[in-house]
Amino acid sequence: MARHVSTDRRRGFRHALIFLIPGLALLITFMIVPFVSAFIVSFTNTRLIARVPARFIGFDNYVRMFQDDVFGKSLLNIFYFVAVVVPIQTMFALALAVLVNQRIKGTTFFRTAYFLPTVTVMVVVSVIWSFLYHPEGLINGFMQTITFGRWTPIDFLNNRSWAFPSIMLLSIWQGVGFQMIIFLAGLQSIPETLYEAATIDGANRWKQFRYITLPQLKSTTAFVIISTTILAFRLFDQVYIMTRGGPERTTYTVMLHIYEQGFRRQNVGYASALTVAFFLIVLGISIVQRLILKEEREVA
Amino acid sequence: MEKPRSKKKAELVSKTISYILLTLLAFFFFFPLIYMISTSLNPDEREIERQMGSARAFIPEQVSFENFRNVFDRMPFGRYLFNSIFIVGSTVFIGVFVNSMAAYGLARFTFAGRGALVSLVIALMIIPFEAIAIPLLLMTARWGWLDSYHVQIIPFIANPFYLFLFYQFFIGFPVALEEAALLDGAGWFKIFWKIALPLSKPIIASVAILHFLMQWGMFLWPLMVTVGPEFRPLPVAMQVFFGQYPRLWGDIMAFAAMMTLPVIAVFVLLQGQYVRSVAQSGIK
Repeated sequence: MARHVSTDRRRGFRHALIFLIPGLALLITFMIVPFVSAFIVSFTNTRLIARVPARFIGFDNYVRMFQDDVFGKSLLNIFYFVAVVVPIQTMFALALAVLVNQRIKGTTFFRTAYFLPTVTVMVVVSVIWSFLYHPEGLINGFMQTITFGRWTPIDFLNNRSWAFPSIMLLSIWQGVGFQMIIFLAGLQSIPETLYEAATIDGANRWKQFRYITLPQLKSTTAFVIISTTILAFRLFDQVYIMTRGGPERTTYTVMLHIYEQGFRRQNVGYASALTVAFFLIVLGISIVQRLILKEEREVA
Repeated sequence: MEKPRSKKKAELVSKTISYILLTLLAFFFFFPLIYMISTSLNPDEREIERQMGSARAFIPEQVSFENFRNVFDRMPFGRYLFNSIFIVGSTVFIGVFVNSMAAYGLARFTFAGRGALVSLVIALMIIPFEAIAIPLLLMTARWGWLDSYHVQIIPFIANPFYLFLFYQFFIGFPVALEEAALLDGAGWFKIFWKIALPLSKPIIASVAILHFLMQWGMFLWPLMVTVGPEFRPLPVAMQVFFGQYPRLWGDIMAFAAMMTLPVIAVFVLLQGQYVRSVAQSGIK
């Protein structure tokens, strides 16, 4: 006898369970449990390799966090990084998408060229750019050529004011292609008729961009801004490889601090408190995202 | 008669400006990669040091694969390559099945708590890996999982984001074929395996590409959980190689090139699919 598409909820659950079990079990074990344990462990003095059993120490780790100047410095640094990288990368990505979206020959080639860095591993990108930033490297050489030798070579990665901007530049270089493609998808979903109507009304290209493209891309832009922000907060690979947070902690980030405390010094309890703080910042931003996106949908 | 001609002229000018911009930008994105390749092919380390700041660095006087041989002599590159391919390959392969199955379970069956489960998956998407790295390290260390393949594979198989991409696909997918098969007496698993999965090729490709990229570049986690060459993947090996003094830039760039060029080649071939995957990741 044929089985029926069951509306019986209990039977539905039994069938669904077979499909759900592997995925749910893994998500619970490797995401939910560690996530919840971060909160619990943050109230203890747990060490990575336990010699004595851990005990609850209340809010000590959080109190320590507020007195930790290095953590304060790392927070300031990461906000600096986000404040520079996010607007530049977003605008750059939009500009690239508009350029590549033109109806001219060869755009596929250029689109491919712009996203090549995104398939290059960040560790490799950091190594290549370390070479480029060498005191006698290509970037100093280039600056000397275009200033007719007036440029004094800079040891970019060991210079307090240049190290972080140098890392920002390569981060944008590596990441911008990804956002370009998201913008490109957004651009291609704008109905052609809007532009046709505007052309008939005599609107020039700038006006079309300002009054059609930008408003139509609002939710895409919000998505790009927020996802780039969260990505930027996670900054680790580049600074670990290129500067280890130096010189004088000018490129020291929150993730570097979590790694340093949780792994190098094995202070898992304190690192968990830092993790919780890190998560709350990221969550705060995600909530802002939801609010903005919701507003957009209501307006539209 | 005058107007169309001036319009044509304006079009030509804007086209020329576009091409100049596009080309300059292409150079900006290309030059570090070309620099990597040309340095990797230059067997004379002293020439590399002497010319690293000039355009001549792009054209080595002699070309050879000596640096590539040096990489193999100086460290077990083949082992690292195998580790990376094995770890990423199994994570992505098992991940496709686990995530698509769970998504299918959520999309095709009605049961109490289904909506709550979907919301849970969406909520989990907000948690970045960095927010669980330390407790996960503690947990896997207590289990004695450190320095192994599975510690780099099992935690990364199920992923709420890829699960959700599959879920969206199945939700927007007509059930008629599956219902017909059900009436013919096929079991649910057979239906999933024989009908739903084969029809999901586009979304499988998208998820596999995004999952591959994430896993292939992973650095922080293997840095903490691997100790020696036995289970170490390429990115950590690259960092170790980079940290050895004196820095031989030719060898370093050969290592970087071997890690990068095969992936770039594959993605240039698949570029249409890659663009679609990234675009899909931005839908919600």
